[in-house]
Amino acid sequence: MSAPNEKIWIQRILISIALLYLVLFIFLPLTVIFYSALSKGFAAYFKSFDDPYAIAAIKLTLFTAFISVPLNVVFGVAASWAIAKFDFWGKNLLTTLIDLPLSVSPVISGLIFVLMFGAQGVFGPWLQEHDIKIIFAPPAIILATIFITFPMVARELIPVMKAQGNEEEEAATTLGASGFQTFWRVTLPNIKWGLLYGVILCNARAMGEFGAVSVVSGHIRGQTNTLPLHIEILYNEYNFVAAFAAATLLAMLALITLLLKTLVEYKYRAELKAANKTEVFA
Amino acid sequence: MSIEVKNIVKNFNAFKALDNVDLKIETGELIALLGPSGSGKTTLLRIIAGLENAESGVILFNDKDVKDEKTKDRNVGFVFQHYALFRHMTVFENIAFGLRVKPSAIRPKEEQIKSKVHELLNLVQLDWVSDRYPSQLSGGQRQRIALARALAIEPKVLLLDEPFGALDAKVRKELRQWLRRFHDDLKITTVFVTHDQEEALEVADRVVVMNHGKIEQVGTPEEVYHNPASAFVINFLGNVNLFHARTEDGTLISTSHKSILESSKGTTKIYVRPHELIVSRSSLSINSIHTTITFINPAGAIVKVEGKSDDGQLVQAEISQEEYSRLKLTRNEEIFLTPKNITFSDYSI
Repeated sequence: MSAPNEKIWIQRILISIALLYLVLFIFLPLTVIFYSALSKGFAAYFKSFDDPYAIAAIKLTLFTAFISVPLNVVFGVAASWAIAKFDFWGKNLLTTLIDLPLSVSPVISGLIFVLMFGAQGVFGPWLQEHDIKIIFAPPAIILATIFITFPMVARELIPVMKAQGNEEEEAATTLGASGFQTFWRVTLPNIKWGLLYGVILCNARAMGEFGAVSVVSGHIRGQTNTLPLHIEILYNEYNFVAAFAAATLLAMLALITLLLKTLVEYKYRAELKAANKTEVFA
Repeated sequence: MSIEVKNIVKNFNAFKALDNVDLKIETGELIALLGPSGSGKTTLLRIIAGLENAESGVILFNDKDVKDEKTKDRNVGFVFQHYALFRHMTVFENIAFGLRVKPSAIRPKEEQIKSKVHELLNLVQLDWVSDRYPSQLSGGQRQRIALARALAIEPKVLLLDEPFGALDAKVRKELRQWLRRFHDDLKITTVFVTHDQEEALEVADRVVVMNHGKIEQVGTPEEVYHNPASAFVINFLGNVNLFHARTEDGTLISTSHKSILESSKGTTKIYVRPHELIVSRSSLSINSIHTTITFINPAGAIVKVEGKSDDGQLVQAEISQEEYSRLKLTRNEEIFLTPKNITFSDYSI
């Protein structure tokens, strides 16, 4: 696999550029986060979490992910099943729409919900009449997060399901399995690593989303602040230790996600390979 | 169990997959659905299994309409071309699947499942692979496991979709003889789809020749080979030489070569199979065709000889090795080909 001698310098330059990039944009910022968070010692670091607003922000972030990730798993499995295994009118449109949140600015995504459920919005008057609060309240945060993260699971599953085809499900049916048994015993085990991979990405985004959530949140401390919003407020108040301390939580989430992602990717590749292998034999 | 389909119609958008198909399969028969790709043979098989819905028509199992029965309730054993084994399960679990998904009231106990699976593994002579995963097996082994899995539910009918299509030539031959013996032992009504005429003629009790969503002919291998019902059947069941001919004053003139045969038809086609041509160095009769040898392939049980007639048509002949060494044929030599047997046809292709 060694490149010819005269090409080695090209190889080295490319590797150096990649490494420099990583150091500059990932390693350095990460170090700064942890350095700043601990700049006044461990006591100050831990003390910054002893704050009801910080606790509330963490709780709201976890709660948002707790609601939006399972919903997106259900949606993602259903949508990718439909797209990969059936032919129907409007399939291409559905596939394009699933990618929509990735191509729309998160601020716009948040604004959509303000325009729908805000005081001046389409459903605004009706909601006020019935005393239901959505905008500037946790429901809007959850809605915006679901919107932002719904492509995550579906996008991972569609290629896996497409590669695996329909035959195993058909075989299960001829052997007398019901639709539910087929899904539970055949489809789900075949997609489990792809699904887990999607869940990890979905969760990371759900906990880290800033733009869309910022638009609909209203920034009420202790009530509608998620962790990313909480960090922004602390930073704007020049409370750097607390801001970076909170940021370490998100950074650690990112690192854990990265680790899990690598592990799952390893398994997932085997799954995809197995799917492709049967294709080759086919 | 007998299977009968009547007036089955199936379209895929504008494509007519099945066009008014009628077929009756008797209990215990081994039937081959033979045809080129796109002829509707696989669609017909899938409709019998309930994996596809016919637009109109009737499907009877033992004279009982099963149109409203779902696949899972039809009790058919289906073997897929690409095996469709459950990749995340061991061979044992694959075969046990059909037993495990039975409703709890009729589900066999764990020991019964175990003994049944091993009985089936012995039947397909693969008891030693029970703990392996499908990806660790060869194509031929996978196909036998797929068959064992289909038999676990004790189906009343076995449907096989191009069962040997993905295997190499040697394994194919072994497995198809094995299927024949297997069927003779079990006597379960079996329908298999193939595009390989040799396979169909060798294995099946009766062959159903299909083309463009229609059944061209149903008959024993002997019948379809020796009494083909249409030009398509003649062409599809092995090589054939085609001569165009017309009649003049009640006698037939081949446009390929000067031969006069009695016929009353205006224009016609003459089909002669390669082994029905006598190769000689001199003209044997008025029907003998003068050709120049363009190609000889002596590798095999028979020797293939291709000659070019005076008007440029390529004619294929097959002779025995003895005949070949007696004649000592070489390329570019001039020979005469004389039909032993002539099939007239006014079928249009």
